[in-house]
Amino acid sequence: MKRREFLKATAGVAAGLIAKPALAQSATEITFFFPVAVGGPITKIIDGYAADFEKANAGVKVKPVYAGTYQETLIKVLTGHKSGNPPTSSVLLSTDMFTLIDEDAIAPIDDFVKSDDDKAWLKSFFPAFMLNSRTGGKTWGAPFQRSTVVMYWNKELFKEAGLDPEKPPATWAEQVAFAQKLTKPDGSGGASQWGMQVPSSGFPYWLFQGFTTQAGGILMNEAGDRTFYDKPEVIEALSYWVDLSRKYKVHPPGIVEWGTTPKDFFERKTAMMWTTTGNLTNVRNSAKFPFGVGMLPAGKRRGSPTGGGNFYISKKAPKAQQEAAFKFARFLTTPERAAQWCVDTGYVAVRPDSFDTEALKKYVADFPPAAVARDQLQYAVAELSTHENQRVTKALNDGLQAALTGTKAPAQAMKDSQAEAERILSRYR
Amino acid sequence: MTRTRAAIHGWLLLLPAMALLALFTHWPALATFIDSFYSTPRPIRPAHFVGLANYATLADDPIFWQALTNNLWFALGTIPVSIALALLMALWVNDRIAGRTLIRMAYFTPTVLPMIAIANIWLFFYTPQYGLLAQVLGAFGIASHNWLGSQDTALICVMIVAIWKEAGFFMIFYLAALQQIPPSLAEASALEGASRFYYFRRIQFPLLMPTTLFVLINAVINAFRTVDHIIVMTHGGPDNATSLLLFRIYELGFNFWDTSLASALTVVLLVGLALVAFAQWAFLEPRIHYR
Amino acid sequence: MSMRGESHVYAPAGGGRLIETVGAWMLALLWILPLAYAVWTAFHAPEFSTRFAPLAPLTLNNFERAFDAAPFARYFLNTVILVTLVLGCQLVLCTLAAYAFARSDFLGSGVAFALVLAQLMIMPDVLIVENYRTMSFIGILDSIPAIALPYVASAFGIFLLRQTFKSVPRELDEAARVEGAGPLQVLLKVYVPLAKPVYLAYGLVSVSYHWNNFLWPLIVTNSVESRPLTVGLQVFSSGDQGIDWSIICAATLMTSAPLLVAFLLFQRQFVQSFMRAGIR
Repeated sequence: MKRREFLKATAGVAAGLIAKPALAQSATEITFFFPVAVGGPITKIIDGYAADFEKANAGVKVKPVYAGTYQETLIKVLTGHKSGNPPTSSVLLSTDMFTLIDEDAIAPIDDFVKSDDDKAWLKSFFPAFMLNSRTGGKTWGAPFQRSTVVMYWNKELFKEAGLDPEKPPATWAEQVAFAQKLTKPDGSGGASQWGMQVPSSGFPYWLFQGFTTQAGGILMNEAGDRTFYDKPEVIEALSYWVDLSRKYKVHPPGIVEWGTTPKDFFERKTAMMWTTTGNLTNVRNSAKFPFGVGMLPAGKRRGSPTGGGNFYISKKAPKAQQEAAFKFARFLTTPERAAQWCVDTGYVAVRPDSFDTEALKKYVADFPPAAVARDQLQYAVAELSTHENQRVTKALNDGLQAALTGTKAPAQAMKDSQAEAERILSRYR
Repeated sequence: MTRTRAAIHGWLLLLPAMALLALFTHWPALATFIDSFYSTPRPIRPAHFVGLANYATLADDPIFWQALTNNLWFALGTIPVSIALALLMALWVNDRIAGRTLIRMAYFTPTVLPMIAIANIWLFFYTPQYGLLAQVLGAFGIASHNWLGSQDTALICVMIVAIWKEAGFFMIFYLAALQQIPPSLAEASALEGASRFYYFRRIQFPLLMPTTLFVLINAVINAFRTVDHIIVMTHGGPDNATSLLLFRIYELGFNFWDTSLASALTVVLLVGLALVAFAQWAFLEPRIHYR
Repeated sequence: MSMRGESHVYAPAGGGRLIETVGAWMLALLWILPLAYAVWTAFHAPEFSTRFAPLAPLTLNNFERAFDAAPFARYFLNTVILVTLVLGCQLVLCTLAAYAFARSDFLGSGVAFALVLAQLMIMPDVLIVENYRTMSFIGILDSIPAIALPYVASAFGIFLLRQTFKSVPRELDEAARVEGAGPLQVLLKVYVPLAKPVYLAYGLVSVSYHWNNFLWPLIVTNSVESRPLTVGLQVFSSGDQGIDWSIICAATLMTSAPLLVAFLLFQRQFVQSFMRAGIR
């Protein structure tokens, strides 16, 4: 090859490699950052949706980018936003709403709701999921992959312990009693099999909200500028959780790792576990024993936080791209697609009419656990969400971990957490 | 060549490196220093001068003090142990033991693996009940313990992972240095009737001092720079028991977006590193035997 | 042929030797355990990731799943480009700077050298917040050069090469000049060839560091086109559905295989290059 051509080619390759990946080049290309779970099929499904959307909407290109955990996806979206190059759309935790508003990063969904059809669509979601999607009279995110905490139990181990394998505990007292029968202590403070396990690494606040709701407490106000970490119900909830390992010895001591809890369940190291309904498909595929899925036991009442991600549209993106992103959001949340997403992942279908589709009707008939999270929605509360969400949540997480490892008593831990949260939130009032 | 021409040539040669250094080391260090005296810019309020307020916030923040003490313990735990192990490994490999190529490979392999992967594997080791450590200890009848999930043991576990990764790397430097010691020294020492330990203490070790200084500097830097495994294994928990300074900087700067506070903490870290570097140089440099 | 430095005179014999051998072997087994576990888990089905049944069937399924789940081929390419770019630039820049420091004593060289040494303690890893802003300002965020640039002017490299160049006998330098060579030609013809072992040792350190670097690439890259293997691995292994060690170990082996294989093949040269580099 002649020297000149070689140089040109090299320059071309170099420029191509060095140039920023073409995020939202043309007026009709949108990017979509989403968090991914282990398991290839999820990304392939999203890619499939993107391809289908492109077919149905000539002139629009969708570029899905999988970005890690919710945490990591948020970091990437905000770093993109701050450097002037945000993704057009993203799936982020519903609780990130206040943070995104404060950073001026998202446009309210209402801006794009124009026709009657759009309005009907906006009303079609489960009310429980809209709790973390609305503030100040506006809707900021559309529910996409939402969940609740549920309890999984090992039916074989229940039978072994003389319990009815079809009946999970329905109250806090029953939970302790069942767990006591299911725990096999090993003589030195541990157990070869624990009665139950509630993860506390990374983001214990989410599981904790199950306990607090069941105790009749709430953790924050709707405006997101005040927390109630030190209310008696909250302390009561934390004492119950701590007692499970300290007093009743039916729960592993110390911090229970979120990532290994499903494995602990499969290995029969725990007979019951609290984790997300989003794990349903994984548990179904990996558990080599019959298992049940049920609502969390009631304290004063039943309850669970909602969880999972909403679809957000970037404020800085050009109008044409925002409109395309809105269309994509509507595309992803039709009753049929929401139903299919539920079947494929285990997340709860975000709209009631999804459960009337053939696909979901059949799936639920075959596999009743799929409806548990939906049934629990009537008792669901908003997930903890405030201004400076990461920091305020960390204040609670630290307190929970301190109590669970025995470094602080529950009351003291919650008092300290509340003081820290107050320090952060007081200037938002 | 005249002095001016020499100067011009010198500076031209230096220019590319100095330009990049200025842009990515000196300027950011200065900017970080200046930033630490301003508040974090937010859409509702741009950055304004706040003097020492960020430093005051840090001083009041118990998590800062915990990260600092954690990091000091981390340094204290990993540096001497990894250097001692590295020296031991080098001495063994140097001694022509059977299968030493394999042994050398075993010691060095951790260096080649990315910390992220290592962290995930060690997460399995530490998992209670069916993790590898639990299984091995169980065979000896010792009960399983929640290593990463309790505050007394989490930091030590993380230190072990760091030591495991580093020792082999330092071993290579010691090995190279050991092989440069002339055998005549050993022969002379043996002729004088010195024991092996005496030979090591009085001859080998002092001759290895330059390597030790080099390895020490690396180990110190690594003790403050390695946080990948914390991000994966514990996220700084439980309750900040494994939070280190750089991890806290990352948390403040990229989780909370409180960039000025992160800058203040960065300045504290840099000052600390500078002090340590100075102390090392002042204390050890005079004791080194150069040949 | 006996190698220098081996204290044959003091080599333990008999019982002492046995103890030493056993000790070394036990430590080695301990040290290789995590990698051995990763290999075991990667080649067996998930049920066997926590139990060690010796006759369990082998499978390549984990590698397939891992390969399907993330574009490792692209990550691999990105990483190769990254380490090549970094090393290439480092070699050029550090050679030029070291030559200037080693052979010329010009106005301001002392100050310049002190500034260079400062980078030994003020590492790019600590300045993540500010460097991120700079990259964003220049506009090259989310690209491979953004990962590489803060590391390209390496104080360590300059320092190392300066020591090496300083130890080159002046006579060779003068002889070349007498033959009419200009300063750059002297550099290329005299100094560089003599510093080969140092280049090799430094190259090995640089490649393995940048191949495994994580925090800065994590912050500065967003998309698949610029992500290196470490970030790809982390993004891939953090999940809502719990940790699947089989697939993580398979991915780990895939990403570390090149470095591992290279080290296994070139062990001796690796160690020898450190020896000859005289890094002391």
